[in-house]
Amino acid sequence: MKVSLSWLREFAPDISGTPEELSETLSALGLTVEDMAITGDVVDGVVLAKVLNLRPHPAADKIQLVDLDAGSGVANQVCCGAFNMSIGDLVPLATPGTVMPNGLKIAERKMRGEVSAGMCCSGAELGLSDDHEGILILNDRVLPEAELGMPLAPAVGLESDVLWDLEVNANRPDAMSVAGVARDLAAALGISFSFPDYRVAAGSAASNETAEELLNVEILDPQVCGRFLATVLRGVSVGTSPQWLADRLISAGMRPINSIVDISNYVMLELGQPNHTFDLATIPDGHLKVRRATAGETLTTLDGAVRELTANDAVITNGADQVISLAGVMGGAATEISASTTDVLLEMAWWDPPTISRTVKRLNLVSEASNRFRRGVDWGSNMLRALQRFIQLASQLGVVAVDGFVEAKGHTVDNAPRKVRSAKINGLLGTELSAVAMAEHLQSIGFGAEVVQSECASEDLSVTVPTWRWDTATETDIAEEVGRLYGYENIPRTVPRGELPGGLSDYQVRRRQVRQALLGYGCDETMPLPFLEAADLTKTQLADNALDNALRLTNPVAAEQSLLRPSLLPGQLKAIAYNQSHRNSDVRFFEIGHVFLVPPASQLLPDEREYLGVALAGCEAPEAVGALDLLDNTLGLPNVALRAAAPAGMHATRSAEVLVAGKVRGVVGEVDPQVLKGFDIAGRVAWLEVDLGALLKGPRRSGKYQPISKYPSSDVDLAFEVPDKVASADIVTSLRKASQGLLVGVELFDVYRGDGVPSGSRSLAYRLRFQANDRTLTDAEVAWVRQSCVEAVAKRHQVFLRS
Amino acid sequence: MIENLRQVAVLAKARLAEAADLETLAKLDVEFLGKKSAVAIAKRQIAALPAEQRRDAGLEINATRAEITKALGAARHRLEQTVYQKQLEDERLDLSEYRHKRRPGSLHLVTQARDRLEDVFVGMGFTVAEGPEVESAWYNFEALNIPEWHPARGSFDTIFVELGEPEEVMLRSHTSPVQIRTMENQQPPIYIVAPGRTFRTDTADATHLPAFNQIEGLVVDRNITMGDLAGTMDEFVRTFFGSEVKSRFRPSYFPFTEPSAEFDISRPDGTWLELGGCGMVHPNVLSNCGIDPERWQGFAFGFGIDRLAVLRHELDDIRELVNNDVRFLRQF
Repeated sequence: MKVSLSWLREFAPDISGTPEELSETLSALGLTVEDMAITGDVVDGVVLAKVLNLRPHPAADKIQLVDLDAGSGVANQVCCGAFNMSIGDLVPLATPGTVMPNGLKIAERKMRGEVSAGMCCSGAELGLSDDHEGILILNDRVLPEAELGMPLAPAVGLESDVLWDLEVNANRPDAMSVAGVARDLAAALGISFSFPDYRVAAGSAASNETAEELLNVEILDPQVCGRFLATVLRGVSVGTSPQWLADRLISAGMRPINSIVDISNYVMLELGQPNHTFDLATIPDGHLKVRRATAGETLTTLDGAVRELTANDAVITNGADQVISLAGVMGGAATEISASTTDVLLEMAWWDPPTISRTVKRLNLVSEASNRFRRGVDWGSNMLRALQRFIQLASQLGVVAVDGFVEAKGHTVDNAPRKVRSAKINGLLGTELSAVAMAEHLQSIGFGAEVVQSECASEDLSVTVPTWRWDTATETDIAEEVGRLYGYENIPRTVPRGELPGGLSDYQVRRRQVRQALLGYGCDETMPLPFLEAADLTKTQLADNALDNALRLTNPVAAEQSLLRPSLLPGQLKAIAYNQSHRNSDVRFFEIGHVFLVPPASQLLPDEREYLGVALAGCEAPEAVGALDLLDNTLGLPNVALRAAAPAGMHATRSAEVLVAGKVRGVVGEVDPQVLKGFDIAGRVAWLEVDLGALLKGPRRSGKYQPISKYPSSDVDLAFEVPDKVASADIVTSLRKASQGLLVGVELFDVYRGDGVPSGSRSLAYRLRFQANDRTLTDAEVAWVRQSCVEAVAKRHQVFLRS
Repeated sequence: MIENLRQVAVLAKARLAEAADLETLAKLDVEFLGKKSAVAIAKRQIAALPAEQRRDAGLEINATRAEITKALGAARHRLEQTVYQKQLEDERLDLSEYRHKRRPGSLHLVTQARDRLEDVFVGMGFTVAEGPEVESAWYNFEALNIPEWHPARGSFDTIFVELGEPEEVMLRSHTSPVQIRTMENQQPPIYIVAPGRTFRTDTADATHLPAFNQIEGLVVDRNITMGDLAGTMDEFVRTFFGSEVKSRFRPSYFPFTEPSAEFDISRPDGTWLELGGCGMVHPNVLSNCGIDPERWQGFAFGFGIDRLAVLRHELDDIRELVNNDVRFLRQF
């Protein structure tokens, strides 16, 4: 919402203070100043001048010589690069000594041998407009009393002004008007606020017709329309608006269109009441009806679009029940004002905000008008005031209004006085204001507020909410108004302390430990966007099941962000590819983030999980197994096992599922070489992905103390010839089972393939450490347990010691 | 025999002094102290001497033996030192060649900022709550006092998920749903912060991302006031940004709080920077979660985490936070 100081002063003439001070005041009221500009200021030295003659420059064709009279009657020669002037034009002349807004100092000098005693200025050069195409021609703007050589500002009636761009919150429909902003500002400054009298003086061009005779308005659905005023304007001829009105619209960020539309917009900006004009000739008998549309009805709106309506939309129909306007949102094409219009039906209405809001959302038709209606405009005397203001402005164009107006009423909110507890207000704000002080704050912005004694000794207020605060109803609404006007900065600051100590949960602490462990493993934490496109899943060979398992976004920001990731893998591969394309090949990454799977039928929200992914570029599968061991030991997981598998997207012979306490919790190994090719990744990528949330919430190793044996241990080395398809982990399991609890350590210290070992097998050499808690093992005992280990492996796996 | 032993000692010392390596030394050890050495022979011959000479001869033999043993020890020490010195010389390493081969990874900037925020609030007595990133309309809007027709609902620029017709499912547009989830599951007193990822239909550019991070705070307890909110934000700002940084409140509007405020922090040049929004929890929100607004009052606040990282590190393009370029990640 853009408002200027001069416009505000039409309602609160006593506004004083520097622009910066006023900005602070506005912000402290909740009308946050997003931008402030000083307008209409012309630098000293720029005067009104008249073009006496235009001559070509003898030595240059991009500039011409201009003879100007700046009040002395003598021709002043200026060189000028613009050619839009004619002899007799009035233009701004920056005389020598002038410092332009951009810092340029004007001096008399020679250009290609010709004297230039000043500079003719464009609107942009003076900071008055964005136009830098040509010299600003002032012929139509100069005041009658202006003289050549006068400073420009008084000559054209420019006054220095302040323009604020305010952020108006959704609960402040009243502040979407100049008058509403002025009301707040006046309250904060403690000065008076009033509306000018907009009534047209009687008798000047009185009409002998009355609105009653010409119009008939019926509200068929009182829910959608609280109040409807209408009258008729005769003698309309659509033209251009006077400059001052056009200037104000421009300053407020609106484009002047024609005299009637401009007045309509002006009244909306000034008083916050959107309004609509119909060509009276298109409305038989001046008969209007208000109702909701029936589904399937259509209307061709002003913009030429055919709109299909729903049972929610509020519409205005003619007497024949044909829809002629989408109420509060957009008028119909058939009843639009045209160049041939002479009689206008003027509408001022109050539409139900939720109804308008739904229509705006469905048709995506946000406009200045609908933005005000959906927040709730003033349903009180302001509607008639706006009608009068419209008539007053139009009368300056020779338009005559018929006498009076017609009015129809529907439901509006109940604004009977309500009781508000002053103790509750102080309790919410943390203040100790008296009820009297609260009442004064409320009265300053037009609320009715009286102090009344309550049953329990404390003083209460009887508050009447003004008609321009549709959204304000409850005690907390009132508390907010009191706080706002008392000043949030004046509220004493205290710090509450809960009974319980703060802290991170076990889950959060251990998740941080996982991060730290992975940092120690040389991994950088990454955070790609969680969006993918279908091609990412196809390339990752997750397509078969995952594409069905990936959730689609209804309104993605970009096509490549149309899916929610079902896995962290594609994002990490893209990150590796990105870095490889920037000559950083062997990156080590990890990510902890949410993945999203299609929910089971009974569940509304997706199956959302927190995953950990570790991607090690330039590494083979064992490096990912190392990351798993790190995770295992960092979290103290119970019984982590690998089960050979070929998960989607993974290298079929170098991958495994990760089982924790018997449940599949992830995958580990290497990414499938074809997948890597699809992402243009060179070299191998080791990959670990686990359901971190499940691990953090799941069981962990017992923390119970294990006594350390006081007796010596014995080491035995065993080398087996093991077929490739038998997992080392399975051999170890068999060794443990066979060792009667005496095996306290087992280390795979050598893996050998080659001479002496048949192809398809490898030699696995284990160092077993045997120890008892209650005695020193004898040689015979060690030999016996060794033998049972060897036999168990032979029996379970048909795997034998190397000969 | 005695004279002979003298000569042996002299000879032995001379030869030990000349020994150039430990092998030679071992041979000299055998030659001069072994079973066939002059000293050993002399010892065996003692028994044959007349009784009155045995003592002197014994003393002499022992002295000679000690003398040779000492010389041998000295020679061994000399040679071991030589070997040791040679080993040291041979093993010389320029350690500077090995620098910068290993480095720990870097925590993502957003994690760093988030951890720090969590730590500050934990120190102030808060716990950390989390919630899903995909939410229903109830949690993202309705329970937060934003009914379906509300104009504010459009301003959230929500990204919707193709699920759950006719009920809307969406990527949460703020962390506020965690407030609702917490209050539904826990009776007051409640002191939580809820950091996490949030989503809006913003095309990625230098200052926007469609996914970004926020932190939300919620306190519900008896007699909580707007003054408590202002004091809490003050204390947070001083702890997080430094004691010289001030905070201020400006009235604002959010459907889920009333009164509502924006809070700003002071910059060194005297201007203010808008940090986030806050306010007293709206009675409707408390009621929606089964908490009686006449018995309990609360405040809530929220602001961007990414933005703090951007400010702290003077980042000029927020997309760096999701590009995952190692040249960026490793700077921090």
